[in-house]
This record gives sequence, C-alpha cells and structure tokens, in this order.
Amino acid sequence: MGSVPSTYLITNYMISAGIDIGSRTIKLVILSENIITFEQVVDNSFNTMEICNKLLDGKNYDKITSTGYGRHLFADYYECDVISEIKAFSLGIRSVFPNVRTILDIGGQDTKAISLDEQGKVKKFEMNDKCAAGTGRFLEIMAMALRYNLDQFSTAALSVNEKESISSMCTVFAESEVVSMIGKGYDRNKISRGIHFSIINRAINMLKKVNIEDDIAFVGGVANNIAIKVLLSEILGKKIYVPNNPQTIGAIGCAIYN
Amino acid sequence: MTDYREMWSGLGLDLQTHDAVLEIVGKMYGEVYMSQKNRPKGMEYFDFVMSEIHGLRIKELMDAKAEGRKIIGTFCVFVPEELILAVNGISVGLCAGAELAFDAAEQFIPRNTCALIKSAFGFKLAKVCPYIESADLIVGENTCDGKKKAYESYKDLVGNLYVMDLPQVKSSEGKVLLKAEYQKFAKKLEELSGNKITKESLQKGIEIVNSKRKAIKRLSDLRTANPTPISGLDALLINQVYFYDDPIRFTNSVNALCDELELRIKTGVGVFSNKTPRILVSGCPMAVPNWKIPQIIETSNATIVGEEMCTGERGTRNFVANENLSTEEMINAIVDRYFNIDCAIFTPNNERYENIKQMAKQYKADGVIYYSLQFCQPYQNESISIEKMLEKEGIPVLNIDTDYSSEDIGQLKTRIEAFIERIKS
Repeated sequence: MGSVPSTYLITNYMISAGIDIGSRTIKLVILSENIITFEQVVDNSFNTMEICNKLLDGKNYDKITSTGYGRHLFADYYECDVISEIKAFSLGIRSVFPNVRTILDIGGQDTKAISLDEQGKVKKFEMNDKCAAGTGRFLEIMAMALRYNLDQFSTAALSVNEKESISSMCTVFAESEVVSMIGKGYDRNKISRGIHFSIINRAINMLKKVNIEDDIAFVGGVANNIAIKVLLSEILGKKIYVPNNPQTIGAIGCAIYN
Repeated sequence: MTDYREMWSGLGLDLQTHDAVLEIVGKMYGEVYMSQKNRPKGMEYFDFVMSEIHGLRIKELMDAKAEGRKIIGTFCVFVPEELILAVNGISVGLCAGAELAFDAAEQFIPRNTCALIKSAFGFKLAKVCPYIESADLIVGENTCDGKKKAYESYKDLVGNLYVMDLPQVKSSEGKVLLKAEYQKFAKKLEELSGNKITKESLQKGIEIVNSKRKAIKRLSDLRTANPTPISGLDALLINQVYFYDDPIRFTNSVNALCDELELRIKTGVGVFSNKTPRILVSGCPMAVPNWKIPQIIETSNATIVGEEMCTGERGTRNFVANENLSTEEMINAIVDRYFNIDCAIFTPNNERYENIKQMAKQYKADGVIYYSLQFCQPYQNESISIEKMLEKEGIPVLNIDTDYSSEDIGQLKTRIEAFIERIKS
C-alpha cells in the first residue's frame, strides 16, 4: 500500500472498517495502523443485511463507513456515516496510487469516470443513468450467451486480432445480436473481442467527458478482466493501473474516511 | 371529507383509476412533504390546497362555471393570465408530472416524446384529470417541436383546443408576432365568455397577476437568507400551486407565509443548518407530483434555494406595467413582459445565461443541478453550454437527464450525493 492521507495517520490507532455494498458483491476492509488486516469480497443476495451481518460477525473495529448502492440501508441498521462511491473511490485510489488523477470504475450495474485535482479532490465525474449497458452485468450476460466463463471470455478476446463489431449497447439487444452472430457461424473469439471493444468505447466516451489526466486507475469488478485493461491501454496509449484487488478500493476509501 | 364522487363522475372521470391516482399521490405527498422537519406553519394552507386539489378547488370551478365564468386550461407560462382574468375567466395549469397511461399515449405520439407531453395525453386518456375535463378552452402553444406536433393529435382528443403561435427569435418581427397572437387570443376569450376586455377589467387582471408575482418575488428574496427559512420542496410546491389556486387567495397566503418567514429570519430559524450546501435547480418544469429530484437533493444534506424553471422564476419574474395606460398600451405592456421569458425555444437565448448567473449569485448557490427531461431537446441543448459557462465561473454543475419513472432513483441519489460531497470539499 502507498502513502495514506495525514488525516488517517493522526488517528492511526483506530481500527477502521469500510464496507462497499454493490449490486453484485459486498466488500469489507479493516485497517489497523495503516495496514489492511482484513479484506473480503462476498456475493450479494436478495437479503443484503443478512450477508453484511454475517460478514461483520466477530469483527473488531472502532468505526465503520458504508458506500455502494446499499449504503443507506446499511447505515440505517449500523448508524454509521455514508459516503458516495465517487468519494470512496477517490479516497481509496489515492492510498494505493498517490498520483493518479483519473479513475474508471466498472461495477456490476454502474460505470463511473472520475477526475481528481492535484490534491485528490473530485473535480468532475460521469456516471451512467438507469441503464446497465457497458457494465459488469453486460459482460456476464454476453459471456453466458457465448457459453464462456468470465476468465475464458477475457482470454478469448485477446486470442485474436480481429473483431466482430457489436452495434448495440443495450444489454437486451446486444444479447440477441450475439445470438444471431453465433447462428451465422461467426468466430466466437472475434465476437468476444467485439463485445470487449463495445464496453471500452463506452468507457472512453465517459472518460473524455471528465478529461483524462495522465494515467488511469481502473477499479471495480470488471478491472479483473485482463482484456479490458490491455485493450484500453492500447487504444488510449496510457498506462492503466489496476490495484491488487480492484474490487475493494471503495471499501478502503470508506475505512480511510473514518 | 366531502364526497366528490358525483362531481367527478359528472365530469366523466374514470372513478376507479382516479381513486388509485389520488391514493398514490396522497401517499407520495405524505412521504415527501409531511416527513419534512421545521416546516413553517404557513405551509398548512398549501397542504390543505393539495389535499383538496381534485376536490374543493374543482367544486369552486364548477360553481364558477354555473355563474357563467369560463375555465381556461393552459400548458405554458406564455399564456397570459391577465387576459383570461380580464374576461372574468379562470386560468388553470394542465401540465402533469406523473407517469400514467404512457402506453395509451404512445398510440398518438412517439415513444421518444418527453414525459411532460406524454402525461398530458396519459391524464386525458385515463380520464383522471378534473381540470382537463372542466376546462371550457384548452390552450396549446407552439413552443418546442414535441408540443406543437403533439397538439395536432391532442386536438381530436379534447375537442376544445386553441393553439397559439409563438415567436422563436427575439427580434422586432418576433414581438409583432407575439402581439398579434395575444390580440387573437383576447378576441377568442371575448367570444367564448361574452365579456369585452375593457380598460378597467384589463387593469384589474394585470393587478391581480402582478400581486401574485410580487408575492412570489417576496418569497424568493427571503430564500437568500442563510439558513434558508423554507425548504426548496415547499417553495416548489408553492410555485406549482400558483397554477391552480384562486389568484387572490393564493397571493394572500403567500404573503402571510412570508410574514412568518421574515420572523424566522430575524430569529435565525431555518429549515436546515446554515452549513447546508445551497443548490439552484435549473431546467425543465416540474409539474405536480414531480418532486423526484428536489426530494433526493433535500434528503442528501443539501437545500434548494431557487428554481430556474417555468415552475419557478422563469414563469414568475417581471411585472406588467399598468399605471395610467390605455387598453392598447396595456396589451403592449403584457407583450413586453412575456417577450422577456427566457424559454429555451428561443434562439439564441442569451438572456437565460445571464439570468442563471444572476440567480446563482443572488441566492448564494454553491452549485447548480441542471435538470432535463429526456427528449426535451431545447433544454438538453442548453444544458451543455450552460454547464461549461458556469464551471468556468467556478460554479459546480451537475447535469441530469431523467423522466417521471422511479427506476433511476438509486443512480441519481449516488450522483447527487457525490455532487454535494464535491461542493463541500
């Protein structure tokens, strides 16, 4: 882990927890004296609070802050502070990559692009509206349509140099587009590459709206997808930093916020 | 509560659907409005108006009709209420703010039509709006393309539609057009009501509407105080009730509320703490019961201090001169006042840019939340250059595209909270 903001250093005897309740997964991080002592990602379900309770059972911490789409639900039960994912990511990423000023987060149902000023404050951000196009959920559904698991899907996209272009951004329409491509006997790997490109193009549009400042940190569940990282870097000609665990950056941000 | 069912079925409402609508809106009102803390006592009047908006107010309209007065339904702040009052008519707003019968509406207008227009069709087709049904004349106006093409089919649905043309450029020719249209409209009102517009009746009409706008101006000025003495949700409600209520009673109630707010300011009483970020909301109109964005803002530790929209300052700023003028001069004064409205259908629309900057400064706004209805091209277009202009001036802007549905509330809450964090940091 890189440098930690001074606010945290002053209170570094506190055991500080952060929880990021996303649409697909819940992430918990516990920091003790600048060091991550606990870090876990579990699947979310229809009963979010049950999973949170289980995750926190027996854990020792002085303070907790929540983020993610379930942040208010959690805060109602645990009476804790709440911060938006945008703030959580900006705090979390600077503790790992202190100089990064552009963040791309692709999660289960949201895509966000954030630009920070030199001090690490949020300067501008963009986020998708209600539609899940170009998010992790989109990738999952497309992988399923091609009968790949997520790792195979990403490897397939990098295994070829040519792609079949997917014209639809809508998850529903893109799925039928993919099904009809399979029906026409198109190469599965080329379709995979095309799907990855369609996500990347959408992410680039969002990044351009907030201005790309130097290198980019890529976080959220989709940052585990190697193909997106490699292709994004190729297209933009920029270095893409992915933290060791790209899914827990929001939870780290919450723990730092405490 | 009085039973209005007979009146409603007499108007041809579908009672079953209407019951459901009243129940949903009543429940929403409870959740959005009655849950607020530190409300001024003067809001009780507006709570009452809202609780009787399909009841007592409609009864009043029916009684007025029985006396021979005419009800004029409008969809736009370009329709001069002064002229309606001058023929002893009653002006009511017909815009709706709920997603109702959109599938039925899409038999008449394309899917990519904004929610405001769609709900005008939805409320008519579902037979749930006593205002539409009690109107003797419904006035459409050529503002955006969405509306002017929609009126072509709305005409057949309502049977009593009158369409007014509007200029799109602020030129001398544009002003001539507006005047000709207002004269035509005045004649139409005279024919419909059987009353002539006289110097006295027009002067009285102007006076009533000026007083109403002055009361709103007084309210707006009080909102420059920190802490703000009234929530943005309550102020929006007043701006919405503006279109339905009896104008004189409304004016008196707003002024009584302002007396109370002045006392609050003197004693430093506010709705939120004086550290709460202050937001100016700008863009498309918010018709009842569209409280979606303001509710998210005011439950995310921020407060709204001004509305740069038709249900706000765009609709109410500027007065009509009426001292010692002839009838012709008063018509000119009305044209002068309305020609200044900075609606996004005008090109270019420079006044609006200045007005937003001025409002942000006057109300000491920490940021602007720009609200566009999806498919509203004029306001969506201006959102881009307005965001650039304000950010350049150091005023943070959040641009939101949304509609009447609740599907995007989660995402909007995240975006609005993050924007407020950005303002605070």
